[in-house]
Amino acid sequence: MWSFFHKLGSPRWFYQISGRFLPWISVTAVSLLVVGTIWGLAFAPEDFKQGNSYRIMFVHVPTAMVALVGYYVMAAAGAVSLIWRMKMADVVMRSCAPIGAAMTFLALLSGAIWGKPTWGTWWVWDARITSMLVLLFLYLGVIALYEAYDNKVAAGRACAVLSLVGMVNIPIIYKSVDWWYSLHQPASIKLTEESTIHSSMLQPLLFTAAGFYLFYATALLLYIRAELVFREQNTRWVRDLALGKRD
Amino acid sequence: MYFDSFAAFLHMDGHGVFVWSVYGSAVLVMSLLSYLPLKRKKSTLAALASTLESCALSNSSESH
Amino acid sequence: MNFFIATLRRELQISARRRVELTNPLFFFLMVVAMFPLGVGPDPTKLAELAPGIIWIVALLATLLAADGLFRTDAEDGCLEQLLVSHQPLYVSVLAKLCAHWLVTGLPLTLCAPLLGLMLQLPSPAMTALFGSLLIGSGVLSFLAGIGAGLTVGLARGGMLVSLLILPLYVPVLIFGSGAVQAAGRGLPFESHLLILGAMLLLAVCLSPLAIAAGLRISMDN
Repeated sequence: MWSFFHKLGSPRWFYQISGRFLPWISVTAVSLLVVGTIWGLAFAPEDFKQGNSYRIMFVHVPTAMVALVGYYVMAAAGAVSLIWRMKMADVVMRSCAPIGAAMTFLALLSGAIWGKPTWGTWWVWDARITSMLVLLFLYLGVIALYEAYDNKVAAGRACAVLSLVGMVNIPIIYKSVDWWYSLHQPASIKLTEESTIHSSMLQPLLFTAAGFYLFYATALLLYIRAELVFREQNTRWVRDLALGKRD
Repeated sequence: MYFDSFAAFLHMDGHGVFVWSVYGSAVLVMSLLSYLPLKRKKSTLAALASTLESCALSNSSESH
Repeated sequence: MNFFIATLRRELQISARRRVELTNPLFFFLMVVAMFPLGVGPDPTKLAELAPGIIWIVALLATLLAADGLFRTDAEDGCLEQLLVSHQPLYVSVLAKLCAHWLVTGLPLTLCAPLLGLMLQLPSPAMTALFGSLLIGSGVLSFLAGIGAGLTVGLARGGMLVSLLILPLYVPVLIFGSGAVQAAGRGLPFESHLLILGAMLLLAVCLSPLAIAAGLRISMDN
């Protein structure tokens, strides 16, 4: 167990092993996404209340889930890099931020586009949309802080502290936004009840959700590998890689 | 297939614009997320290779 | 405990000598609130409806502006490095500094708020809620702003960045703070809001000095 942990801390080992797994993960991710999308778009029945616009759900729900989980991945990596001063954890944390921000953006965008045919407006200050917006702000804060530091070691550690603070705050933010919305909820807008989702719609959703998680893993590995090559430019193995030598 | 024809599939009872724009932007964002790190890695390695080669060249010319 | 009181007294003495910096956030608070009737119109019912939100949001901005200088002067004259290397726990000195900061920014803001409430036609039953929620809430605001100040003190320019980092964390305080005032304005009970704000204050007082101390160490290593 511990030797695995130590190996995980070695950039070279990580680069090699991730290169071996990457084709499998990415191909599985793409095939799950393709199957789930075609199933969801073409074969799943129409929703009797929302019509065909509910098919946006197969993108919206997984991106929202991945965006939230991504923040916890980032905070966990940040905690590891702060506690054990692990170089790899710092790289992971730094790579999480842009992907998470992009996923949050997709969730918000798909929510807005879904809102137009369903509620008749692009933007509703609904509890979940507002929480996602705050999550996007948290991601942008981490990215802005990282970019503001010239010393990237200090930048990584500062971002780790900020993401941990954000992690403590996320449940509080979500609960208070929920409460705020229940207080101000206009009677005319009723959201879809999630629990009553029919299994014929749930099955393709499971496919796209799994696909999005694996896509997240793929993108994370790609970002980590790019960052590793950038940071380890002065080491022998990256130089051999640059000169096209196999190792 | 749930829809009667391919045209109905594209149109989706008027909701097609919304559905397809969401899927289009998802494909766009996800391909950017895959392309950008790959490009970054490639350019880092290319820049590194060119500096290493120029170093090797200048070293060998000095030894002559 | 003695160390806490000594640091607190030192901080208060320093701010007593810099009266302009003391009053600036207060004037900012007053001026921005005065801009709102000019922007949305002088209609008393509309102003009364918007007043809780306006006062609370301007209070958020005022604490954020004040927070940028929280550690900056200490970092420039070397006091901060002395604190970092001293054998006294950094947690306690950070706690004392933040308490002092709240006493000179959050507390005057709270004392001014009922006056602004009057100017914005806030109904009188909401005054107690405004005062109470700001009294507790501005403490949370100061402690959270300290996190942003600690993380950015090593950077040449912090100002805008602190706001970007900290404003999302202010969401719960804003919701319950202005929620208390709105509830009181409608004649509803608002004690539970204050209790939740109090819970947030306890959490912020316990945990944020840890984050601030970590941030200060990172910034000064930089």
